[in-house]
Amino acid sequence: MSEAGGQARYAKGDLVHIRKAYPIGHCRTPYYTRGLDGVVERMCGKFSNPEELAYGRDGHPPLPLYRIRISMGDLWPDYNGLANDTLEVEVFEHWLDPVMAEGTPEQ
Amino acid sequence: MTHHHEEHSHSPSQGQHPHRHPNQPDEEDGKITEFRLMEIALRELLIDKALITQQELNDTYLKMDRRGPHNGARMIAKAWNDPDYLDLMRTDATEAARKLGLEPTWLNLIVVENTPTIHNVVVCTLCSCYPWPLLGLPPDWYKSRAYRSDVVRYPRKVLKEFGTTISEDVEVRVHDSSADMRYLVMPMRPAGTQGWSEEALAELVTRDSMIGATIAIAPDERRAQPS
Repeated sequence: MSEAGGQARYAKGDLVHIRKAYPIGHCRTPYYTRGLDGVVERMCGKFSNPEELAYGRDGHPPLPLYRIRISMGDLWPDYNGLANDTLEVEVFEHWLDPVMAEGTPEQ
Repeated sequence: MTHHHEEHSHSPSQGQHPHRHPNQPDEEDGKITEFRLMEIALRELLIDKALITQQELNDTYLKMDRRGPHNGARMIAKAWNDPDYLDLMRTDATEAARKLGLEPTWLNLIVVENTPTIHNVVVCTLCSCYPWPLLGLPPDWYKSRAYRSDVVRYPRKVLKEFGTTISEDVEVRVHDSSADMRYLVMPMRPAGTQGWSEEALAELVTRDSMIGATIAIAPDERRAQPS
């Protein structure tokens, strides 16, 4: 964990959108979570960028990492569990966009 | 591994006739892989150049083998008995591990607590991230594609396969350990354990209960287990 770099953009409770992007190379954003909205559960700290580390670079500057809580019903439209079941996943800041109250990504 | 005929029986149709099983291959019988060759070459080179010693390697192997679920269980049992420790675990779980002399130096630990309304379960869908210093090496099922893909999709069904039925008024929360944090589930303290010592409580905390696949062992189940 490192405190270097700028301010974290999001805080606990913020509604965010996980980017629906498919870049070439290594990244730590699971496919099945891309394109979904979730709520920031916490900011975990800043960590070296795994997309750079994977190719032998230092991954600096470290980037804010968040835990995002997603509803199982949003993940799987035919989810057969219960309505309030959830999933939490770690997502780096550059994979997140803010969401306005009405649920559309901010321009 | 030797295979003794005396130690197992076959269906009656096979009668008592002696027969042979195919020999199980020895460690050396498999094809040597490129990674294995690289490991041997690098290790021998490091030792020849006196950068590391065989003794240091052996010590490291032993140290790694001493990691196991008993470490995580100590933390959970202490948190069940000691409210100050529980507070520390909630605010800085890595520090809480360090306080018990555990070695999570590289670990960014989060303890997720099971409550009467939330059951937590941990997975790493991208690979096999796991809190090694506190639980030892992960079980094979944790690394399997079946567990990794099913537990985020059908968590209640997967938990049921472990014998864990989560009631309908309890939220199931799956934690995908996708980046730098590592997770330890704190199971609920079993009923009927008031006044128990940390040592006795720790015996109720299994590896699977700290992954969230099961709950902690109940005192009466423990008595029923063969010693």
